[in-house]
Amino acid sequence: MEKFQRGKGNGLTDLITSFWQTYNTLIYTIFVHGMLALSIYITLACGQLSLGNAAFMGIGAYTSALLTMKMNAPFGLSLIAGGMMPAAVALIIGIPTLRLSGVYLAMATLGFGEVVRVAFLNMSITGGSLGLNGVPLKTELWHLVLVIGIFIYFFIRLRDSRFGRILEAINEDEVVASVMGIKTTYFKVWAFTIGAFIAGVAGGLNAHFTFFISPREYGFEPAVDILTFAILGGTRTLWGPLAGSTVLTTLPELFRFLGPYRLAVNGLILLLVVLYLPNGIVSKETFKNIKKIFNGSGCLN
Amino acid sequence: MLKLENIAKDFGGLRVLNGVSFEISEGQIFGLIGPNGAGKTTVFNIISGLLKPSSGRIIFNKSDITNQPPHVVTEQGISRTFQNIRVFEDMSLLENILVGMHRLFSYSSVSMFFDLPKKKKEEKQLREKAMDILSIVHLTEKADLKAGGLSYGEQRKLELARALATEPKLLLIDEPAAGMNPAETEELMNEIKLINKNGYTICLIEHDMKVIMGICGYVAVMNFGEIIAEGSPEEIRKEKLVIEAYLGKDEKSA
Ligand SMILES: Nc1ncnc2c1ncn2[C@@H]1O[C@H](COP(=O)(O)OP(=O)(O)OP(=O)(O)O)[C@@H](O)[C@H]1O
Ligand SMILES: [Mg+2]
Repeated sequence: MEKFQRGKGNGLTDLITSFWQTYNTLIYTIFVHGMLALSIYITLACGQLSLGNAAFMGIGAYTSALLTMKMNAPFGLSLIAGGMMPAAVALIIGIPTLRLSGVYLAMATLGFGEVVRVAFLNMSITGGSLGLNGVPLKTELWHLVLVIGIFIYFFIRLRDSRFGRILEAINEDEVVASVMGIKTTYFKVWAFTIGAFIAGVAGGLNAHFTFFISPREYGFEPAVDILTFAILGGTRTLWGPLAGSTVLTTLPELFRFLGPYRLAVNGLILLLVVLYLPNGIVSKETFKNIKKIFNGSGCLN
Repeated sequence: MLKLENIAKDFGGLRVLNGVSFEISEGQIFGLIGPNGAGKTTVFNIISGLLKPSSGRIIFNKSDITNQPPHVVTEQGISRTFQNIRVFEDMSLLENILVGMHRLFSYSSVSMFFDLPKKKKEEKQLREKAMDILSIVHLTEKADLKAGGLSYGEQRKLELARALATEPKLLLIDEPAAGMNPAETEELMNEIKLINKNGYTICLIEHDMKVIMGICGYVAVMNFGEIIAEGSPEEIRKEKLVIEAYLGKDEKSA
């Protein structure tokens, strides 16, 4: 009798343990992708389409991994350095490129990403195409929760502040913003730099649980993925990109039984969202539709 | 206060402004009139730094502001509204004003991040000030509504208030009465007069002659990119060139 009850308890803990063992990487990845989604959100919030965040993530990942591996730096310090390094790079490349707008900025930042990837491939300190093997496993769940919590808190504070309003003004009408006396390039560079910092920290956290990093993780494809998080989720509030990244990271797991076709599901969902919710999952339309459905007239539009 | 010296502007070979010179003195309500396409808005775009003149100089309070970027011109004390209304539609009226007031905020990013008392106090004070500015154009009741939901006339007034929020010395207003009904226009005229009385110099582009004759102390007339006449409203009304510019030459008497 006693044995049986203990057995039951163990059964539950076993279940949790086995769930955690199967899905911990997925859960970690959801957090990292959430941070990446926030990193592009801040540039989109001032109307800038920057595709450099995968490269910034890479710079952060290599910086922090090398610091812990080669110099035995404390984890916290290497994470901060992993954010500062891409932020410094962003500051330097942001000043000339953020005078560009729209698709030209997107192209310039994509080109920058390619330069960074090739640099990772060819430098000896980054381990070339083999990448870095044996990055110490230091990232724990509470680190991720704490860090994303700080970033979310920052964005909430931003909303009713001078800086937040300036970014919104630039987003709505850059010409008018400049006529209001706003140094638009200055604030765009700041948004870009903060985005690079967030992406770099995400890269550092990611490197310290995947054990292994290589240049291909920071190329064109992840750059587009990050943008997709934001577009799918919607960019009106910070919750949009977070929702987008969570959905797009979880779905391939749920549709694992579809085998190689599971990535097509992501594509399909993206297509449906763009068609029916052009402002993303977290948008006014969605709330209106949900209300309508509860009021009994469940039609879109 | 503001002096334009021989301003010319070419758009790819097409001369849109030619030798435009005039001077606005402090405290004036200066009217800039002329038929469609005369170049009035282009003059505003050049003064505010959105366009660079092909030649000529702009002097504002003794400093040369020719070729300065827009934010510097605004810092020097010139603000403007747009002919094709450009409010921040997704922001509330109050936020529109707060954007205009952005230079008055002095709290640091640390204060922002930790929501320190300094930030809270400053936000509160400046929001009150923003409400005062909205009250000049009688829009306080709608302070928390989205600007995109206002009527045309209200949006024009909001733009006027937002321009005031940058604390200018000179206010450039481009066709404020366009799309307003007579009652709104009447109210607008009173508001502009009040703003002027409070120490702001005003340069006004307007097609509605009632507005020009009613509130301007001095008027310059443009046609085909040139100033063809200037003087008091009464003088302008009698000027033959002006009548021709507006009504076309009377061919029988010519
Ligand atoms: N960016 C531009 N490129 C080319 N031509 C332009 C540009 N901006 C204005 N123009 C031309 O310059 C001329 C003057 O335009 P402007 O807008 O200054 O006239 P306006 O006096 O304000 O007229 P309205 O009363 O209709 O507002 C017009 O012929 C217009 O087509
Ligand atoms: Mg015009």
